[in-house]
This record gives sequence, C-alpha cells and structure tokens, in this order.
Amino acid sequence: MADQTPILELQHVDKSFGPIDVLGDINLKVHAGEVLCLLGDNGAGKSTLIKTLAGVYTPTRGKILMDGKEVHFTRPRDAQEMGISTVHQFGGTFPLMSIGRSFFVGVEPTKGWGPFKVFDRKTANDVAVKAVQDFGITRIDDGDRLVGGLSGGERQSLAIARAVHFGARVLILDEPTAALGVKQASHVLRIVNEAKKRGLAVIFITHQVMHALAVGDHFAVLIRGRLAANFMKGEKSREEITDLMAGGEDMATLEAQIAGEDTELHSPAHVRASQAE
Amino acid sequence: MNAITDLLRKPAAASILSLLGVLAFYVIFGGVDLGNLLSAASWVNYAARIGIVAVAVGLLMTSGEIDISIGAMIPAGAMTTAIISGYYGLPIGFGILGALAVGVLVGLFNGILAVRTSVPTLIITLGTLVAMQGIVLAGSKLLTGAASVPLTAPEWAKTLFGQLMFGGSHQVLIIWWVAIAAVAWFVLHRTKYGNWIFAIGGDRESARNAGVPVDRTTIILFVLTATSASFVGMCNAILFNSAQVSGGMGDIFNIIVSVVVGGVLLTGGFGSVVGIFFGAITFAIVNKGIDFTAIDRNWSNLIIGVMLVVAVLLNENFRQMALKYVPRKKSQKSDVTP
Repeated sequence: MADQTPILELQHVDKSFGPIDVLGDINLKVHAGEVLCLLGDNGAGKSTLIKTLAGVYTPTRGKILMDGKEVHFTRPRDAQEMGISTVHQFGGTFPLMSIGRSFFVGVEPTKGWGPFKVFDRKTANDVAVKAVQDFGITRIDDGDRLVGGLSGGERQSLAIARAVHFGARVLILDEPTAALGVKQASHVLRIVNEAKKRGLAVIFITHQVMHALAVGDHFAVLIRGRLAANFMKGEKSREEITDLMAGGEDMATLEAQIAGEDTELHSPAHVRASQAE
Repeated sequence: MNAITDLLRKPAAASILSLLGVLAFYVIFGGVDLGNLLSAASWVNYAARIGIVAVAVGLLMTSGEIDISIGAMIPAGAMTTAIISGYYGLPIGFGILGALAVGVLVGLFNGILAVRTSVPTLIITLGTLVAMQGIVLAGSKLLTGAASVPLTAPEWAKTLFGQLMFGGSHQVLIIWWVAIAAVAWFVLHRTKYGNWIFAIGGDRESARNAGVPVDRTTIILFVLTATSASFVGMCNAILFNSAQVSGGMGDIFNIIVSVVVGGVLLTGGFGSVVGIFFGAITFAIVNKGIDFTAIDRNWSNLIIGVMLVVAVLLNENFRQMALKYVPRKKSQKSDVTP
C-alpha cells in the first residue's frame, strides 16, 4: 500500500488549547480499505485527534491532506462533505425516531408537489432497511421501529450503514464497542470488516486491545498527545501493545518522576503505596 | 386488538384515555348528562382558546424548547388590537396586523436569544413574560390612561375572528383551532420540516451536523408560539368588544398541561398533534365541564393535577411500549441477532 496515496494524512499536526498542548507532532496516514486502530488511555488525546479530523477543531499547526491535497475544515459539515463521517459511541442519536425517519434526517426524500410535498415514508423505510441489511443485520426489517428499541450493536450498525449510504470514505468510529457485550461487539467488528471490504478507510478508536487486534491493519498508540507507536499488523504482539497502552516505557519514567518528587514533597505514604502496585 | 395496541404506542394514547377517563368520572360521580355536556359551547370555546396556542407550543416542545411568554402574549394581542382600532380608531385591519406583528417581534426576540445564547428558554421566556406584562400595562396606561379599552369591530372582522356561530354560543375561533391543528398535523407528521422538528428535539447537535437548519427552525417555532397567542388575544378583543390588561398566568399552565397530557415529551423528540388536540379537549372538559356536574367546581384543579400525573405516567409507559415494539416477522430469519 505504500505506493498508494493515502485518503487521509496528517503532517506534523499540533493542537493546543491556550497554553495547553493536547496534541504534538502527529503524523498519520490512512489508506482506503484499511482499518487504523487508534489506541490510548483516557486523556491521551484520542478524542481531540478525531475531533480535529472531523472538523470540530482546526489544528494549531500542521496539515491535513485528503487524497494528497491539503484541506481546511472549519466546521464538522466541511469534513462530512469531503466524506469523513463520525459515528459516536451510542450510534443512533434520535432514539425516539423511527429507523426510516432518523436515517434521512436533513436529506428527507419527498414526493408530491409544491406545498404538498410530503415525506416519503415508504422509500425512506425501504432504503434504510436495505442499507442496514446489506451489512448483514437482517433482523432489522421494519423501518417504522424506533431507533431506541434497537440493541446497542444494531444502533451502531445502523449508524455505520447510514454513513456509508451517504458516501462516507473515511469512517471514524469512536469507541463503538465500549458499551457492548461480547456478542454485540463481535457484530460491530464484523461491520467494521465489511466497511473495510467496501474500500472505506476506517479509524477505529478503542481501548480494548482484543477488539483492535481482531480488525486492525494498522495501529497507532497515543500517549499524552504524542504518537508513541505506529506499526502494522503483526509487527507487535498483544502483550507489547497492552504494555504500550498502559504507558509502556513512559510509565517507567513517570514512576521515577513520582518517586523523585516524592521525597521533595514530604508526602510519601500514598504515593509509595500506588507505586508498589 | 391490533388496532388497540397500535393506538397505545402513539403519543396521543394517554390524552385519549384521559379524556375517556374524565368523561366516565363525570358521568359516574357527577351525574352528568353526556348529551348536554357534548352540545355545550363553554368547553369547546375554551378548548379552542388554549388549543390554538397549545398546537404551537406543542411543536416548540417537540423541538425541545419551551415558551411561557405566551401568557403575556394573549392580553398583549388583545390590547394591541383594542388600542390601535378602538382607542385611536384606525381601521380594524391595522389592529389585526398590529397584534400579529407584536407576536412576530416577541417571537423573534425569544428565538434569536434562544439560538444565540445558552440560557435555557424557560428563563428567556420567563423574562419576556414579565417584561411584556409590564409593557402592556404601562403602555396601556400611558397611551389610553386605562387598563381596559373598548373596541367596536366591523362586520367582516367579526365574521372572521369573533362571532358566535349558528346563532348559538360556539365561537368562530373553534374553526380556526381545527384548521390550525390540521395544518400543524400535516407539517409535523407528513413533511420534512416535521422530521427536522423531531430531530432537533432528539439531539440538537446531531441534527445540525446532519444538515438541518436548526437555528432557523427554532426561531420560526418561537415566532409561531408568540403569534398564535397574540392571534387568540386579537380574536377575543374582537369578540368581546373590549380588551383588558391581565396577567395571563393561568393560561400558561393550562396550555402547557394540555400539551403534556397530549403526550409531548417535555425534553423534546416525541409528540403528536392529535395528542395535543385531545389534550386541549380533555383539559377544557375538566375545567369547564365540571359546571355540568354535581361536583363543586373548586375540585376541578384537583382533578387536573391528578390527571396530569396519571397522563404523564401513562405516556412514560406507552413510550416504553413504542420503543420495545418489534413487528411480528413475516418469515423467520435466523441470522444476526445483535
């Protein structure tokens, strides 16, 4: 894949909020038909990074390239129009709307004439149900059901199918499996695989190493706003990845620092206890 | 059987059940003559008065916002018409347009503040409510020196906005109410604009990201609530040949109770115009129909309170039913069951 132009590329991206540097010097490439797993602990900068990709934030420094050309997103809609679509943890965001209606929010199909243009419920339901069934979720067969009545996995699947239907090329999945049980998570992972097969680039955010290993081709580990590791499938073992996520070598330095400050601050008891763990 | 369970999943279910419950209660404990009650005008007139505003407030609440300044807008509409056409003697057309313009202006003010700031709309419209009460009272005193202004409207205006129909005591406002509810039903349930309102009420940010013009829709809904209230006030002034300054505090809660009994979720995203329509009827029957019973009318507030709580509990249950609803499969598929 090295000869291909990546769909999305970050070059030396920094993001600061006032004096606080959240992301520093991020370089990443995502290709079509590839799943990039973005790993990292809470507060490592994962969500800042995906919000930068989704146009919520603009980078303080550095460039974002799509298909090799530099792009500037000033609002989420810009990124969406370029085909970058984000699906959040709870997928269906309109729990009290029907599948067909929520699928087409903002782009409703209509029929009829002039002021009597009506929402085309049948088309909306048929298209939505077909889109999600194409992803292998055949249990959804009635577009009138309310989104809130679907299981977590079904909602994720619906949201992913929606993004793909409306022309997403880069799919950002923010912790899609975090709130799901094992069985449901495996269905979402299958859908991630399906999206990949269709040639989408998927950025999959998780802190579950097992889920990442199941679908990932390319892994990036963020630690305190820096890219601590960037490697392809098979280059590292599960233990190494888990170690990295837990902080890896950085953790050792951190511990040393804590131990050092410990004597200066004269408050050794609880710090030693946590160090001993 | 199927028709019944289908009905129960609709947002209107609780309001229809409440209506039947209240009627049954009045018949059994109040010894009411149903024929008498149903042919009476007092409750229908009242249902139209609160129902027109309730339809607009219901749409706004479905989008997740609330407007309590409607309480001050009913007298504001009445006073504007009476001052322009009664005190200053300008043609009634100016009085009508003046009342509607006041509604549009206040609605724009509420709507723009709602989308530009993060202040809850309950607080914004509480401010407008009190401010409008002040403006109407002080303005009326300043311009006319009185808090009550007489108005004589020409025949055509009476026919359109403020007459009693068929020689009886049913107001023409009832026809406006049914027509406005029908248009609102079409917009909310049959057009893409309705879909936007539900989406905004479900999740404002996601709706915006999906391309829904959230700010514009919100402002329009605020204009509708304020204007519907000033419209009702204007009609009343024409009907009763006068307008008085009044607080209108009672109307606020009556209208919101109707909307909530009508199955609109206070936090937005769920509701129906049929429900709001029946909510207003139910409220009006409790409030005005009690005069047809042997029950002391002072008990009506107790009934309304109980009905509100029961209806909200029912709504809660019916909404859960709607969420859990899975249609029976036409063919058994044993595939994915995530």
